[in-house]
Amino acid sequence: MAKTSTADAFVEFERVQKSYDGETLVVKDLNLTMPKGEFLTMLGPSGSGKTTCLMMLAGFETATHGDIRLSGRSINDIPPHKRGIGMVFQNYALFPHMTVAENLSFPLEVRKLGKSDREAKVKRALDMVEMGAFGNRRPAQLSGGQQQRIALARALVFEPELVLMDEPLGALDKQLREKMQFEITRLAHELGITVVYVTHDQTEALTMSDRVAVFNDGVIQQLAPPDALYEEPSNSFVAQFIGENNTLEGVVKEINGDVALVQLDDGELIDCKPVNVSQPGERTRVSIRPERVELNKERLQPGAHTLKAEVLEFIYMGDIFRTRLRVAGNDEFIVKTRNAADQVRLTPGTQIDIGWLPRDCRALDA
Amino acid sequence: MADTPQSGPAPDVPTRLTTADGKPLKAALAKAQAAARRRAFLLVLPLLAFILITFVVPIGQMLHRSVHNEGFAVHQDIGSGVRTPIMTNLRDWFAANPQGTEPDEVAYEALVKDLVVLRDLKAPGQAGTRINYERSGSRSMFTKAARRAKKIEPPYKEAMLELDEDWADPELWQVMRGAVSPYTSNFYLAAVDRERDAAGDIQRVNENRRVYVTLFVRTLVLSILITAMTFILGYPIAHLLATLPLRYSNLLMILVLLPFWTSLLVRTTSWMVLLQSQGVVNDLLVSIGLLSDDNRLQMMYNRWGTIIAMTHILLPFMVLPLYSVMRPINPSYVRAARSLGATSWTAFRRVYFPQTVPGIGAGALLVFILAVGYYITPALVGGADGQLISNLIAFHMQKSLNWSLAAALAALLLAGILALYWIYDRLIGIDNLKLG
Repeated sequence: MAKTSTADAFVEFERVQKSYDGETLVVKDLNLTMPKGEFLTMLGPSGSGKTTCLMMLAGFETATHGDIRLSGRSINDIPPHKRGIGMVFQNYALFPHMTVAENLSFPLEVRKLGKSDREAKVKRALDMVEMGAFGNRRPAQLSGGQQQRIALARALVFEPELVLMDEPLGALDKQLREKMQFEITRLAHELGITVVYVTHDQTEALTMSDRVAVFNDGVIQQLAPPDALYEEPSNSFVAQFIGENNTLEGVVKEINGDVALVQLDDGELIDCKPVNVSQPGERTRVSIRPERVELNKERLQPGAHTLKAEVLEFIYMGDIFRTRLRVAGNDEFIVKTRNAADQVRLTPGTQIDIGWLPRDCRALDA
Repeated sequence: MADTPQSGPAPDVPTRLTTADGKPLKAALAKAQAAARRRAFLLVLPLLAFILITFVVPIGQMLHRSVHNEGFAVHQDIGSGVRTPIMTNLRDWFAANPQGTEPDEVAYEALVKDLVVLRDLKAPGQAGTRINYERSGSRSMFTKAARRAKKIEPPYKEAMLELDEDWADPELWQVMRGAVSPYTSNFYLAAVDRERDAAGDIQRVNENRRVYVTLFVRTLVLSILITAMTFILGYPIAHLLATLPLRYSNLLMILVLLPFWTSLLVRTTSWMVLLQSQGVVNDLLVSIGLLSDDNRLQMMYNRWGTIIAMTHILLPFMVLPLYSVMRPINPSYVRAARSLGATSWTAFRRVYFPQTVPGIGAGALLVFILAVGYYITPALVGGADGQLISNLIAFHMQKSLNWSLAAALAALLLAGILALYWIYDRLIGIDNLKLG
């Protein structure tokens, strides 16, 4: 992750480290550059350091080492209330003793705006999240989704250029979450704000972001647009963490340009795309996405190679079929097929041939 | 026993809801819940009885006693329990003659007859004491007159005045007029430094006898002061308790609760050891040269002693309710305020503090009510000007044995507290009270 200090960098983390106890690093050498207007998601399992990064950016935690810059200015020593960063909290943090309108008016009051100005802005912000009629309610009288909208409106009402969101949709049910995902991205693009969004939900990350930073163990594992992240994971953590993934273990036999010959543990030889293997003899994990595997021999494209497989389980899921197979000694090999008219429904115990294109299987670190 | 909110059928629905076998739904519901309700009631019955016996009945009795004193109306023999009306002749004379009538020969005759009865019953002390409550020096007049009552010959007025000129005192007759009826409001008048003059009009008592109003005011002022002190000291402690990591806050909590586990007497006397003029604090100040030896601070046996010791003793009652409202306040509220542009002071003032108001209300009310009725600490460390109204109530209960006055003072105290409670309800709202 080479740092490129470009002129249009809006948010920059440079060699940032964070330790709470002086013994372990929660964030290890973080470098990140965001241009203005980007929607960047920090994705990772809990304890991976993503929330700590967000808190350092907001000013609630101080970086143990390194520099955080906003519009080219170091903000390490600027207290949170002077950073002008909007923030949406996991539990919304709406002030319970104030009405919705008072909540929204708060950031404007502390900025000493006049009454009429405040009222106009509050009204506009409420209309923006379609909550115009709720100004006089208390937060406790609102549903989770409504509170979420108010929290969003409050973070936007003082027109910050950067908005941070800390798992804002975590408490909502699935349908509402999907709706809000759409709303948040729409608002972010309409207003042209820069968003740093923290979540552990990969669907959220993939659907909302311009770029996703996958965190693990205090390090950004991969920083890429969602499609690249899903289709071209750069290491096995990312491949495992993002979406469903089939893993076959083996040893690299030879590497010729962008083709690596891998001998799987049961002796089969397959061609893969080498990603982070460098020399023959290295152990590797070969990653294949479940929907890139073909069960129907006739449909295989030229150049694909085939492997023997035994059907272990067939699950009907409506729009897709999910078939669990034993492939090269791996009992958890999943294949997803679309529920098309000509698609076969396999019975457990059947021996079949499956196949895939070498470019869809990636040889990653073991 | 939650009453299940069972909204009845809408008025425009013609048929009432019924169960499957045709009984009205409401009746069926009541029947189904009756057993559970009975069981629940039995569970609280012992507590209910306990409260009734130890709380409601004594308070009722106290209120009754504050307006009822039959010392000058009925004599009850301690041994046999026989109740004999006394002062009946005088009562009849008072009934026949209106307020302000000069006592004539008939009145004195009635008085003498009654004194004879008193002597026979061995009750002149009791009757005299009752009059003495309102006019000091009267008890000895009664005992003396009763001793000679049988020998007194007409004209009675002259004979009585020969015994003691004070028998002609119109104030005495006014007091007797009030006392022949067992029900009187005079104890309440006395409790607010008022009395009736010879004509029956209410007036303030002599300046040198005005003690109760001063004491009520002092009790009020000291209690407010003590409440404010516990708040000022307790708020940061409670905040610390609520925000420290659990293992430290537990230790601190033990320190806060430690006074609870120590006897009140021990705590109060240790303040005496610390604060008296030859005590630890003064010795220390003298030894480091801040005070000269003949200029020691008087921190004990005056109102400062009362304030310091009571603040310490009542502090936990402020800290605990505060802690209980502060603990669940999510730190993200203050963070949100900060991120929205508020300085840490504004975030505290506008966001954190308002959320602790229910705890402040509960703590203040608790401390204030306890302080208003506090007795042992002011008695031990208060000296002359650190005494509170409760000390005077105790004095009338134990020393002067004027229970009716003690009851009237206590009733006024109770009324005052209820009034404050009502004001609190109007200003802040009892719903906003959070005790734990």
